[in-house]
Amino acid sequence: MSVKEIFTTMEYGPSSENSDAAQQWLAAKNNQLNHYINGQWQTPANKQYFASTNPATNDKLADVAQGNDKDVDLAVSAAKKANNAWQKLGGHGRAKYLYALARQLQKHSRLFAVLESLDNGKPIRESRDIDIPLVARHFYHHAGWAQLMDNELPNYQALGVVGQIIPWNFPLLMLAWKVAPALAMGNTVILKPAEFTPATAVLFAQICDEIKLPKGVFNLILGDGIAGQAIVEHKDIAKIAFTGSTAVGRLIRQATAGSGKKISLELGGKSAFIVFEDADLDSVVEGVVDAIWFNQGQVCCAGSRLLMQESIAKKLTNKLVARLNKLVIGNSLDKSIDMGAIIDPSQAKIIKAMVELGVEEGATLHQSNSKIPTNGCFYPPTLLTNVEPASTVAQQEIFGPVLVAMTFRTPNEAVQIANNSRYGLAASVWSENINLALDVAPKIKAGVVWINSTNIFDASVGFGGYKESGFGREGGKEGLFEYIQESWQAKLTSKIATKAKPQKTNNKATAQDEINIDKTAKLYIGGKQVRPDSGYSIAVVDYNGQHIAELPQGSRKDIRNAVEAANKASAWSSASGHNRAQVLYFIAENLSARSDEFAKRISQLTGKSTSDAVNEVELSIRRIFTSAAWADKYEGKIHTPPGRIVTLAMKEAVGNIAIVAPEEAGLLGMISTIMPAIAMGNRVIFVPASETALLATDFYQILNTSDLPGGVINIITGDRDELTDTLAKHYDIDGFWYWGNEAGSKLVEFEAAATMKRTWVNHGKIYDWYDSSQIESDLFLRKAVEIKNVWVPYGA
Amino acid sequence: MLNKQTLKRNTGIPLDLGFIQSININRSAVERRASTIVKRRTVKKQHQAAWLLKAITFIDLTTLAGDDTPGKVRRLCQKAKNPINKELLIALDASSLNITTGAVCVYHNMITSAVDALKETNIPIAAVSTGFPAGQSPLSIKLAEIEASVKAGATEIDIVISREKVFTGDWQGIYDEVKAYRLTCKEAHIKTILATGELATLTNIAKASWVCMMAGADFIKTSTGKEPVNATLPVSLVMVRAIRAYFELTGFAIGYKPAGGIQTAKQALEYMILMKEELGNKWLDPHLFRFGASSLLGDIERQLEHFVTGSYSASYRHAMS
Repeated sequence: MSVKEIFTTMEYGPSSENSDAAQQWLAAKNNQLNHYINGQWQTPANKQYFASTNPATNDKLADVAQGNDKDVDLAVSAAKKANNAWQKLGGHGRAKYLYALARQLQKHSRLFAVLESLDNGKPIRESRDIDIPLVARHFYHHAGWAQLMDNELPNYQALGVVGQIIPWNFPLLMLAWKVAPALAMGNTVILKPAEFTPATAVLFAQICDEIKLPKGVFNLILGDGIAGQAIVEHKDIAKIAFTGSTAVGRLIRQATAGSGKKISLELGGKSAFIVFEDADLDSVVEGVVDAIWFNQGQVCCAGSRLLMQESIAKKLTNKLVARLNKLVIGNSLDKSIDMGAIIDPSQAKIIKAMVELGVEEGATLHQSNSKIPTNGCFYPPTLLTNVEPASTVAQQEIFGPVLVAMTFRTPNEAVQIANNSRYGLAASVWSENINLALDVAPKIKAGVVWINSTNIFDASVGFGGYKESGFGREGGKEGLFEYIQESWQAKLTSKIATKAKPQKTNNKATAQDEINIDKTAKLYIGGKQVRPDSGYSIAVVDYNGQHIAELPQGSRKDIRNAVEAANKASAWSSASGHNRAQVLYFIAENLSARSDEFAKRISQLTGKSTSDAVNEVELSIRRIFTSAAWADKYEGKIHTPPGRIVTLAMKEAVGNIAIVAPEEAGLLGMISTIMPAIAMGNRVIFVPASETALLATDFYQILNTSDLPGGVINIITGDRDELTDTLAKHYDIDGFWYWGNEAGSKLVEFEAAATMKRTWVNHGKIYDWYDSSQIESDLFLRKAVEIKNVWVPYGA
Repeated sequence: MLNKQTLKRNTGIPLDLGFIQSININRSAVERRASTIVKRRTVKKQHQAAWLLKAITFIDLTTLAGDDTPGKVRRLCQKAKNPINKELLIALDASSLNITTGAVCVYHNMITSAVDALKETNIPIAAVSTGFPAGQSPLSIKLAEIEASVKAGATEIDIVISREKVFTGDWQGIYDEVKAYRLTCKEAHIKTILATGELATLTNIAKASWVCMMAGADFIKTSTGKEPVNATLPVSLVMVRAIRAYFELTGFAIGYKPAGGIQTAKQALEYMILMKEELGNKWLDPHLFRFGASSLLGDIERQLEHFVTGSYSASYRHAMS
């Protein structure tokens, strides 16, 4: 077209990013991408390759190695061998390498961006302006954490070899989120990129090579799910970090159950985008564009459910439909597009089917009338209105550029609809009223809430989900804990570390005389003493085998009732830390008043000497004090990501936590586990140790006199394995703490997969309950909270 | 290019104070959009050349200084008539486009000189008015100034609103004042300068934009060029969104004039992208879009020469204004 013609049409014209350098890079590798193991480029053991294509053109980019268990074995042994020296290198030593990686990423930023867009189909603007800068930022930030580890995390150590499996939607960014914290904390890594998008991971490995990262510290395995499975199942891998679908996350949870592997899962979402009537609607429209038409909607935290206050629904819908038609779809290297290609025809097919289903179920379809390239894999930006919470498209993740719109009447209803989902990854809240926005944000069950913004990320801020969106955080200090463990935890064994079992006592007469054996022990549910649904009791014998009482035999229905009672006690979670602390101190006070009685019961049940029993009660009272002390002090944090934004990292209760108590620790084990849980606002369903269960039923009398609201602590006695099984399979339990045998630990982890319960199990290992430096440590509080990051941009 | 007759001239609408009070702009979100909108689109090669030629037609070539003289204004007008050198135009095959700047913009005292220099052209003469730039003179004098300027031959009047009335919340006062200016302008078009750098908040800027449009403004304009902060993309985004909403409400298309601080060809392209994305091609027209600028033209010429020759240019190669 001539200048004169353009002067009239005023079109943008073509503006393609040059891909010569990326093509030359691929050509230098003979368009063949291989594993990087132990500092060497490695061809696959099975000699097999598959093709990787550019989804915007269907052109083949490269042949990609298909990894299998043999390749993974090689990588793990390299990583294992390298781990000791990498840990010993110390924080500063590792910081220098992470800093070098950050610098190299910046120096080659355009090559990374072009390669990413070629491989993934995302607009060059996004890879250039969003992905790659965040990647470099992540390595800088974590170079800092490596530097500070020795001082800031003195009692922690690396996990060892970690396996990391990442998705295709943000290939290099997800690599950075996984690799940077792992390396910073002294772990060595096996990373597997998604089969569709291996290119930038290979370039990253090349950079590791160029900066002379020690051999075996970073290992790259290419391939599909077969390679992924080999990593998940490898016995020498201490931790699996996974980002991807909830379905695969579930398989990983099951496959690793009982193995002792630590896992973190960042899974799917169906995030709510809530618009109140006082929001800046033109800004909302652009927010929606960034929420669902960013990266073709292939974003786990995409704001895919639009909830509009009824009063502005029509106005906003009209604006959105108009905006939809201005979006430009095209080749990923075109610098004037808004949306690129869908990753693969298989994905486009799913999106198409979901949209058709939505229309079938009554939704109204609005699709962009913008031109769509004919070759390549594309799907138009789509808005479905007249969708109701019951529609399939309102419940299931589509993972494409499809927004479903619903309406609400009141703030509470908005929260209800937002939380009416199995997922809980993110949410976005739009209002010019700070009172309203900061009221709504904490009520949404999601790991990230953006106020008047969406899809913003930073290395200093944790990211991760609630519910079936997974667990664990990536970014910030909260993310580091996924890659470290308390040094004492690393040393736990299955042997009882504390005092030797006491000898049988000869003072049975005294013990029996002084304790009322006719006391009626019941279950404790919802603040009431209740008989077991089964109508059966279990005989309790003292240390000498004398029958002293009966305990109720709790069963499924009692668990059901306990969980319902716990749900009704939700006000405990929103009570102030100060209120909770007062109740805990009162429990300690009341226990103290009856300490003699409890000491005698301990002696009676365990044969401990009077002084040991008194010591256990005293230590239990101390533990309650510690938890009470923390109740109003284990506070959130303020993150300061770049820009005019404050991010509130709030600590919230996990919810309903099942606690199956350590068998060996009696009163102390019960107190040490329940108290931090309730101090942080959780409600507990507690299954006591078998031999000392009578202490738990004695204890509810103290709870009854301590102003503890009913339902906050529920005590169910009975067959531990049976109760554990029922609790593990209960969908309304959010967290599960289990101290028992290996089989029980495995069961709890396996069953947790159904609803992604947060589990904490001991794999048959014994904690030293008398060591306050361990048992009163930050660990117990950390397990009792979820961190939610609320992003609050500001500006007059 | 739009024909003047196809545009329905804004008659204004009654002031809706309830609506004005309800306006709320979120600065962070606006800044985010403003920073990405110009990264979402780009123009290269011959498209860029065409867009830069178009940009010239948007320029209100301006001199607003205490030392302005008839000689200086003659030089300015000569540049407005022949904004780029003929060799470049020939190389671009663009001579037949008869490109001139959108207007020249001067103080009242310089109008006669401009009229003289621009006779036999269609280039409009814009005069700043109403106690420009501070606007702190009596209303009667402001009205007299408009009247005199129109009589002297200005066909566009750039007025300043009373910022004091924004801060005291006297929207009715601004409405009445602008309405009076509009009446006094008669056939001359009225551009209302908000002095956005002084209004400070984007919410104030949006409210002032609406009040001026409701009062009958033909253009809304950011700045006098004398405030510490002049036109910015976030401010422009807020103003053009107001223009879009006013058009949807009334069918009147209001023009937009960012002024001050727009010195480079790249900036000009960014503003044009903003106009095209938020308002559409209709607004890429001198009847609806102007740049208030004095040094922008020089940079555009240098960029055009670079396009034609492949060599980076030097300022002395192009005629000064």
